[in-house]
Amino acid sequence: MSDKVLMKGNEALAQAAICAGCRHFFGYPITPQTELAAYMSKTMPKIGGTYLQAESEIAAINMVQGAAAAGVRAMTSSSSPGISLKLEGISYMAGADLPALIINVQRGGPGLGGIQPSQSDYDLATKAPGHGDLHILVFAPSSVQEMVDLVSHAFDSADKYRMPAMILADGLLGQMMEPVVLPEKAKEPSELPKKEWAACGHEGERKHNIVNSLYLQPQELEDVVKARYERYAKIEADEQMCEKYMTEDADFVIVAFGACSRIAKSAINIARKKGIKVGLIRPITLWPFPVDALKEAAKNAKAFLSVEMNMGQMVNDVKLAIECKKPVEFFGHTGGIIPTPAEIVAKIEKMQEEIK
Amino acid sequence: MAVFKKPASLAEVTTSYCPGCPHGIIHRIVGECIDELGIEGKTIGIAPVGCAVMAYNFFNCDFIQAPHGRAPAVATGVKRSLPDHVVFSYQGDGDLAAIGTAETVHSATRGENITVIFVNNAIYGMTGGQMAPTSLPGQITQTTPYGRDVKIAGYPIKVCEMLSTLDGVQYAERVSVDCVKNAIQAKKAIKKAFQNQIDGKGFSIVEGVSGGPTSWGLGPVAALQWSRDNMRAYYPLGVYKDRDTEDKTND
Amino acid sequence: MTDINALFAGFGGQGILFMGKMLAYAGLYGDKQVSWMPSYGPEMRGGTCNCGVCISDEPICSPLVTTPNVFVAMNKPSLEKFINDVEEGGIVILDSTLIDSVVERKDITVYYVPATQLAADNEMSGLANMIIMGKMMAATGVFTLEDMEKTFRKIIPAKKAHLVEKNMEAVKLGAAL
Repeated sequence: MSDKVLMKGNEALAQAAICAGCRHFFGYPITPQTELAAYMSKTMPKIGGTYLQAESEIAAINMVQGAAAAGVRAMTSSSSPGISLKLEGISYMAGADLPALIINVQRGGPGLGGIQPSQSDYDLATKAPGHGDLHILVFAPSSVQEMVDLVSHAFDSADKYRMPAMILADGLLGQMMEPVVLPEKAKEPSELPKKEWAACGHEGERKHNIVNSLYLQPQELEDVVKARYERYAKIEADEQMCEKYMTEDADFVIVAFGACSRIAKSAINIARKKGIKVGLIRPITLWPFPVDALKEAAKNAKAFLSVEMNMGQMVNDVKLAIECKKPVEFFGHTGGIIPTPAEIVAKIEKMQEEIK
Repeated sequence: MAVFKKPASLAEVTTSYCPGCPHGIIHRIVGECIDELGIEGKTIGIAPVGCAVMAYNFFNCDFIQAPHGRAPAVATGVKRSLPDHVVFSYQGDGDLAAIGTAETVHSATRGENITVIFVNNAIYGMTGGQMAPTSLPGQITQTTPYGRDVKIAGYPIKVCEMLSTLDGVQYAERVSVDCVKNAIQAKKAIKKAFQNQIDGKGFSIVEGVSGGPTSWGLGPVAALQWSRDNMRAYYPLGVYKDRDTEDKTND
Repeated sequence: MTDINALFAGFGGQGILFMGKMLAYAGLYGDKQVSWMPSYGPEMRGGTCNCGVCISDEPICSPLVTTPNVFVAMNKPSLEKFINDVEEGGIVILDSTLIDSVVERKDITVYYVPATQLAADNEMSGLANMIIMGKMMAATGVFTLEDMEKTFRKIIPAKKAHLVEKNMEAVKLGAAL
């Protein structure tokens, strides 16, 4: 096994991408993801890779699009305001069936907002990551180790389903250091599967490849989108990921992802000591949403509590997943304030009172 | 005896351009250059948003359709992934000099080793004839119905002049295809712009002063004449930058 | 071992983040679960700065140190900002060269270490933080001097090995107080 090393989340994301065979990074500076780009700028030249600081987020995502269309593993990273600018490119990539990795180390919004950790891009990532009918894969790590593990999985899944994938992290995860074990064997770009559809020069050996999202005939466009939605349905059935923590006997199930889920676990440990049966379902994939696990938990739980660092963007997804069979409440902070375990315990105690 | 035929790198389809539009001629010239340089198999074209959006259907090389204005960024991504390949973007004035100005200027100043074919017809053709960043002062368009008033809409952008100030640019030339003589010069320029890339010299742009026979509300012949009479004065033809000759002067 | 939830706070440039990293690394090499979380943003450039370190035998849930049981203060604003958050029975170490006030709380143990003065007197320029660190190790009993030395050897690159001795001298000075 490789040695455990202490790494910042942002740096771990970068190294994990390199270990996954990514050699093309295009970005633009923004807090709190800066260390990721800095790591890439230091490392890529040493391994024959590309680090390019673009003139804007828009240019960066379109460079990613070009690299992805040429058939290589490419990525960009940013934080919330920068992600708004990238949505154009993400939509085009979804429309042209291009795989790529976008990392969002979220901060508070809207507008310039703040720079402290937030989860207020949940809806953006899971509901509308650009114009048109589309989805992207959305992964929500909750530790530095999981950031490492999910980067490789996100790249592989993006390739498998030919669509963009996003890692939805936040300033807390990006900035914190934790021990990580990096993959023992890094993938070389040459080991990755060949992409037959890529626009990389036909060398006179095949018909020309066109990477395109334009379909002027409505029927043609509908057919393409419907075929894509069949793929999305398969992903929703096969690719849900979540962690369950003390849910077996739980009267109350907290649903929380990313950094927030860590606070929720602290709260659960405190609540359990007080004799309150609380558990956690932590979505690891936000799209597809782990509907099956929530449905299962709804059989025995008395109520659900969605804990988020936003104004409750995930609440409706929880309600839909459990078909509104149990009450779903919300607790959270926004603007860069991180909920404390004590606040969550107080909310659970209040819910317990109300249910009695 | 030489037989006139379609360049092999152009697809056996009818283009969607307006009758008399110079796009067809410029496509043909690009195709001839790709053929003569023998690079079709390793060329990747980047199509813009605008009249040439479907250029991917008209060429036989691999093609990527880029978001509006982003062709140089997409081209950058391709070129950085496939440095031994030939990458060209084919863009109109709205794409290159309005919505994509940042991408144009920065790919140029980086000296990105790509070839940019810029077709300037001083109008938005695909959307039906609105003012372009290169529309002339006084020019009547759908969105400047009283003529382009520079006090309101500002002045046209002279792309070759602007880009020639950037150190990263290897080569910038403005050409026309309004007559055989000019078309021959245009081909020389476009071929050089590709050759520069093959030789690793960096960013090359060829601007074709074109005409929009439909959007201008003129016929093909009258459109050519309007281009000669009005656009040439504002957009003089010629080489604006060529590091090859600059280097010679410095020697 | 009881869990350590340590908060280090002071001005940017005092080596606050490095103290936290040292503790985290010592935890890592001691096979503990650890996390290190800095404050970030414009305050990094010369303003106040702080970081929280958690060390435990169990996985770290929340990496935020909101109620520290170990608190290191290297300037007065930091002391005033966080002193009331310290857990009952907690340990506080402050640089008494830079902080002239006396802590009123009686439910915590406070060590007044004139670290900046000691560093100046002993030709240990820039190592006030490591003097404090030594005191913290001794007061909490969390790591031994050997653990510290092992940690320095791992995180300081070989070509700067002479820094290990310098840092250890400062740590030992602090530990002996």
